[in-house]
Amino acid sequence: MKRIIYREWRIPPARYWSLIGILGTVIAIGALAFAYMEHEGHWVTGMNNSVVWGTPHVFAVFLIISASGALNIASIGTVFRKPLYKPLGRLSGLMAAALLMGGLLVLVLDLGRPERLVVAMTTYNFRSIFAWNIFLYTGFLAIVIAYLWSMADRKGGPYNRPIGIVATVWRLALTTGTGSIFGFLVARQAYDAAILAPMFVVMSFAYGLAIFMLVLMFSFREEGRPIGDRLIGRLKNLLAVFVLGVFYFTLVYHLTKLYGAKNYDLVGWLLLDGGIYTFMFWVGWVLIGGLVPLGIIYHPVLGKNRGWIAAACGLVIVGGLASMYVIIIGSQAYPIQMFPGQTVLESGFMDGVQGQSAPYSPTIPEVLLGLGGVAVALLITAVGVRVLQFLPESLADDVLPADEETLAQHTAEAQA
Amino acid sequence: MAKAAVRAGLVAVGLAWVLAAQVVLAADAKTYVVEGSKAASLESCVEPTDLMRRRHMELIKHQRDETVHGGIRSSKHSLAGCVDCHIRRVTDQTPAPIHQKSEFCGACHAFTAVNLNCFDCHAAVPKGPGADLAAQAAHQAVGNRPSVQVGPEGEGH
Amino acid sequence: MKEKHAPTDPQRRGFLDAAAAGVTAAVVAPGVILHSVTAAPRSEAVTSDVRWGLLIDTSKCADGCSACVDACDKENGLDLQTPPPGAAEARWDAQKAVWIRKVKVQDNQTGRVTNLPLMCQHCEHPPCVDVCPTGASFKRADGIVMVDRHICIGCRYCMMACPYKARSFVHEVMENQLTRVPRGKGCVESCNLCVHRRDHGEESTACVDACTAAGHEAIVFGDLKDPRSAIRTRLAEMSSRQIREDLALNTGVRYSGI
Repeated sequence: MKRIIYREWRIPPARYWSLIGILGTVIAIGALAFAYMEHEGHWVTGMNNSVVWGTPHVFAVFLIISASGALNIASIGTVFRKPLYKPLGRLSGLMAAALLMGGLLVLVLDLGRPERLVVAMTTYNFRSIFAWNIFLYTGFLAIVIAYLWSMADRKGGPYNRPIGIVATVWRLALTTGTGSIFGFLVARQAYDAAILAPMFVVMSFAYGLAIFMLVLMFSFREEGRPIGDRLIGRLKNLLAVFVLGVFYFTLVYHLTKLYGAKNYDLVGWLLLDGGIYTFMFWVGWVLIGGLVPLGIIYHPVLGKNRGWIAAACGLVIVGGLASMYVIIIGSQAYPIQMFPGQTVLESGFMDGVQGQSAPYSPTIPEVLLGLGGVAVALLITAVGVRVLQFLPESLADDVLPADEETLAQHTAEAQA
Repeated sequence: MAKAAVRAGLVAVGLAWVLAAQVVLAADAKTYVVEGSKAASLESCVEPTDLMRRRHMELIKHQRDETVHGGIRSSKHSLAGCVDCHIRRVTDQTPAPIHQKSEFCGACHAFTAVNLNCFDCHAAVPKGPGADLAAQAAHQAVGNRPSVQVGPEGEGH
Repeated sequence: MKEKHAPTDPQRRGFLDAAAAGVTAAVVAPGVILHSVTAAPRSEAVTSDVRWGLLIDTSKCADGCSACVDACDKENGLDLQTPPPGAAEARWDAQKAVWIRKVKVQDNQTGRVTNLPLMCQHCEHPPCVDVCPTGASFKRADGIVMVDRHICIGCRYCMMACPYKARSFVHEVMENQLTRVPRGKGCVESCNLCVHRRDHGEESTACVDACTAAGHEAIVFGDLKDPRSAIRTRLAEMSSRQIREDLALNTGVRYSGI
């Protein structure tokens, strides 16, 4: 095992600046989309009085929980003392901060009165989970910055593990809080389930890791830094476990809902005749986000190919966005059951006449705003690794510390 | 050193000039009260003029919380009262919105370059039944006599 | 200006000020307190001595009648909303603000059809107030649940949390607001039991007046805390329910016949 050396990302300037240019353009377009929505009002979006949170929230929540998940890698290294993951800690911290900023930006820019953000920062209602989340998010950023310092500065060494533990706990709280934004809503049938909170935690692990792996593989390939098969193998197996975890929670969520007669209609609608939401669930969430990546990762040949592993990560991300779409928008589109056992014949406000779901179709500005948030996260990451020493020079097998299994084996052999 | 002293001196002169300009401006009493408004025929607003100029936003803000949360509508500091009294009334015409640059609120806010967003939500012209109730309450609260009643803050006029 | 006498000592439930403009009626309320119509603006903060509420007798609510909805739209300036140029009609219908709507439901088993108006239920424990991050969504001491749009940031979490879908978000730039009902782009709003009428000591709400004028008398407005009020008398004699009773929100709007 050699000493891990961190170096700035030194890809050719032309390459780097074109990457920055592309991301900057996407951000600029996102900013224009925001200006348009803010100037005209939300009528230019697909959102309405029934589906009040739309595509921007899909992106925002996805980015926020991914932020928490991206920090997982650092936690595994510091808190759970897996030496193999230690060299990845800095990038993990940087991406956590970057993804959170991207997500929060989208969330804030979708407010009806974004210029009153200062009100949200100064006037609190502490019964609101949303208000708690404001503290969870800002606290998360502060802790991640401290965490990065403890990893990068020699003086920070002694504080590394304590800060790591705080960061891990905080990250779990953050994702639990985000899940609870939805899970504690008694009004809507699809939400009213505390299991959404742990489900969001596991989702964050999967989506955050998928994004992290893509960024890691991309940045290393661009500069020709080596990554060993050992590390890639570990990461992809971890991803598979997290994807399986998402499956497990999805299953339990639906079983919870299905057990009570009052939710038969909801589950039937979501799984069988919810139109786009049924499609998003089966094709997006289950197939693209779950079964296909698992198939790739566990495939004896494809599972060893870097390209396919990257594809699996991409599919997990696409599936993650689909799952957010189903959870956030599908759950709102399903009509609120105000009159159990009765059918709404007429309504002046779309109360699910004849069981019809509420209308929503995403518009281009919404999607552009969301993509702008993704670009902000990537831009912060790109600039961060370029100017500071976040990336290890090599993650080749012989550079990395040995697996603890191998260590144990060696010890056993030595004893024998 | 000498340079710094000169610079400090210039800044001081500049500040003094700005201050003097303000005083002159105030003494000059440039008024934005528009012709044809009820306010034009009254001696002063619900509070002394210089107080209104400097602190109307605080008065309105204080009253807004009392009205929204406490339901108090008898105060003399209501925005609807401002609009009713200060709007330019032209016979047989819908008045121009008060936040337009030619009107009472808009003109001064444009001059001072202060963002005015009350009328994002509030009616910029008296509209609908009961639009003058707030102004009536304000008149009642100040007594609406030739000499303005001494307010609770103790300002005479 | 008109000559006014100095204000008398205000009483809690509004005081009689005959000199103020437009006194149209004075009605003796249960008890001895006089209510005057359009006369006396409230001068003391509301207290929890009263709790305003509605009773809706669905057996009297007529199929096809929209008197209450029309009256509310007019009273609260909702009829002044215009679709922004270029807005698709179907989408706009789902985006414009609605405070009260008629709903017609049929029992799946028995086939019985019920008509009812639905609006903010003015819960004692409103979920919209719990979730609001800034405290803009609040319950007034007299039980009215409303939005302080001065501190509403337009996050719409209250709309997610409301079990009655009672709230609307203003999706477009507004002009031509009524003086008594401010409304602007980017904030959330809902039925406030004609709060401007409450604060001027009027007797009822626009929907109640319209329902009475239409000859149905399906809606009763009043103080749920006053055992002698009309609404309490009616509630005492007829069985009534809350919509989504299972949530135990103790709504201020009660329905009979559902």
